[in-house]
Amino acid sequence: MGMTLAQKIIARAAGRESVEPDEVLWVDVDLAMMHDSSGPRRIWPALEKLGVDLWDRDRIVLVCDHYVPANTVAAAEILQTTRNFAEAFGIERFHEAQGIAHTLMVEKGYAQPGMLYVASDSHTCTAGVMGCLALGVGSTDILGVVTTGRTWLRVPHTIRVQVDGVLRPGVTAKDLILTIIGDKGMDGGLYQVLEFVGTAIDAMSVQERSVLTNMCAEIGAKTGVVPADQVTVDHLAALGIDAEEGPMSDPDAEYSQTWLYDADMIEPVVARPNRHDDVVAISSLGEPVVSRAYIGSCTGAKYEDLAMAAEVLRGRQVADGVVLHVAPASRAALQQAMADGTAQALMEAGAHLLSTGCGACPGIGAGILAAGEVSISTTNRNFKGRMGSPDSSLYLGSPYSVAAAAVAGRIIDARDLIGTAT
Amino acid sequence: MSDLEVTSSPLIEGKVWVFGDNIDTDVIVPGKYLVHDLPEIAKHVMDGIRPGFATEVSAGDVVVGGSNFGTGSSREMAPRGLQAAGIRAVVATSFARIFFRNCINVGLAPVECAEANAIEEGQRISIDLAAGTVTILDTGRVLDAVALPEEIGEILGAGGMENYLAAKFAGEKS
Repeated sequence: MGMTLAQKIIARAAGRESVEPDEVLWVDVDLAMMHDSSGPRRIWPALEKLGVDLWDRDRIVLVCDHYVPANTVAAAEILQTTRNFAEAFGIERFHEAQGIAHTLMVEKGYAQPGMLYVASDSHTCTAGVMGCLALGVGSTDILGVVTTGRTWLRVPHTIRVQVDGVLRPGVTAKDLILTIIGDKGMDGGLYQVLEFVGTAIDAMSVQERSVLTNMCAEIGAKTGVVPADQVTVDHLAALGIDAEEGPMSDPDAEYSQTWLYDADMIEPVVARPNRHDDVVAISSLGEPVVSRAYIGSCTGAKYEDLAMAAEVLRGRQVADGVVLHVAPASRAALQQAMADGTAQALMEAGAHLLSTGCGACPGIGAGILAAGEVSISTTNRNFKGRMGSPDSSLYLGSPYSVAAAAVAGRIIDARDLIGTAT
Repeated sequence: MSDLEVTSSPLIEGKVWVFGDNIDTDVIVPGKYLVHDLPEIAKHVMDGIRPGFATEVSAGDVVVGGSNFGTGSSREMAPRGLQAAGIRAVVATSFARIFFRNCINVGLAPVECAEANAIEEGQRISIDLAAGTVTILDTGRVLDAVALPEEIGEILGAGGMENYLAAKFAGEKS
C-alpha cells in the first residue's frame, strides 16, 4: 500500500520507512512560526522558568500581525514584548507590520515543499499551498516546539478533493471552498487532511490555491495541501529558491474519501451570518441590504483579491450609506496594487484603506461591527461576534461579491457589474 | 486558578453544563478579551453564547458539548479560560483538534465520548480517564469514552505541557 503526501512527510519527520493513519507519533519539526498574540507574550515566562534556549532560532519565524497597529497601550506592550523577544533570541525572520503571518510564509518562500511546519495559529494550514504539511497548534504546543524542535501528532487520513474543469469568469477559489464547506459542514473534514488535485487546481495561481488551504480550518481539517507542481516551483524560483515538484501521494495511496467537484458548475456564493457552512448561491439569496463591507485577512486581501475588487470598483462608487474597508494582507500586496493602479481604483471608488494586519477579522483591529449592522467580508470566519458585536451580521464572500455589494448596497451577483454575466 | 494536581487526577466528578455542536473559540473567549490577562478573561468565558456563565459555574464543574467542540481560532485562552473559571473537564462527541491539544497542554481533561448527547444539564458525572468511561451518577448509566494514547496521557498526567517539559529538561540535566 502506498502512502499519501501527508504520510510521506510524517514518516520522514518521524524517521520511519512508513506510517499508518491513527498512529500517534513524535516528529521532528522543520519550521515553526508564532505571532504577537500566540507567541512571546504567552511563552516567554514559561521559557524563562524552564531555563532553556530556543531549539533553532533560524527555523523560527516571528510575526506581529494581530495587534498591528496598536490602538491601546496594552496592545502596544504586546508588540513591544514580541519585538524584544526577537532581539533577545536573535530571530532574524521577524516581521512587524509587513503583513499577515500566513501570507508572509508563502510570499517570502519560508514554507517549502515537503516540510513539516508547525505554527501557533489555526490558519497555519494556509501554507499547505506550498506542498508542505502545515499544522496549526496553540501557544503551549509552540513552546514545546521552539524548545525541543519536536511535537506529537496523530497520523491523519486524507480526503482527496478532486476539482476538474474551469472556474467561470467572476467565480473564484473562495466560491469553490465555501461551496465545499457548505456541502460537507464545518466538521466535514475533522482530523483529516484535504489534498486538492485536478485540472481546476492545476490552473490556479498560488494565491488562489491558498484560499482553499486557508479555509481547511473552516471544515475542521487537520490541514490542507496542494502537491507542489510547476506553479509552486515557479513561485519559489521567483524568490531565488530552488525547489522541485513533489512530494506526491503514491498512485495506490489510500484515501478515506474522494470528493469530486466540477469547477464549471460553481457559482458565486456567500456564507450566511454566524455559520460559515450555511452557504447559498447569491442568485437565490434575495439581495439582502448591507451597510459595511470588508476586504481583508489572509484569505481575502492578497494582491489578486485587491485586483478582483478593483475590477468591480473601477469607474464606480461605493454606495451612499456603505463603508468599504480595505486592509491589505501584506505590504507587498499593497505595493503591487499601487504599482499597477489597482489601489488607486479602490481609493477612487471611495474605499477606506486600513493598515495591513489581521485587523477586524478576529475582532481585534479597526473596522469592527456594531449591533444591528450587516456586513459582507472576504474573511474566513463569521462565528457569532467574530468581527464585533454578537448582534451584528456578517456574510462571507469573494472579493468580487464584496466589492459588488459595496457598490450596490445589497449582495448581488458581481458578474452583472463586470460584464461576464451568463 | 485551577489546581493542577486535581485536574490531572484520573477520576473527575462534577456537575454538568451542556452546550451544543460546533461551539467555537470565539464564543468561548471573544477576541476582544484576548488583550487581557487570564483572571479577567475567566470572568467572560462563554460570554458569546451564555452571558453570565462564569458567575454561575462552580469549581469542579464539567462542560459537555456535541461535535467539533472548540472549533475555530487556536486561542489557548479558550481552555485556559474555562479552567480558570473552575471547569475541570470537557466531554464532547468530537473535538476540534487544536482545542483538544490545547486542553492537554494546559492540563484540562478533554474526553471524547460518542454518547455525550445522553448527558443532561445539571446531572453529575464521574469520568475515569484511564478506563475511558463517563458515568452519569444520577442514573448510573456508564458511557464509553476514548482513553488517551499513553504518549498524550503522560502530558495531561503531568498537569500539562509546561510541567512535562520541565520534567524532561530536568531529566536531561541530571
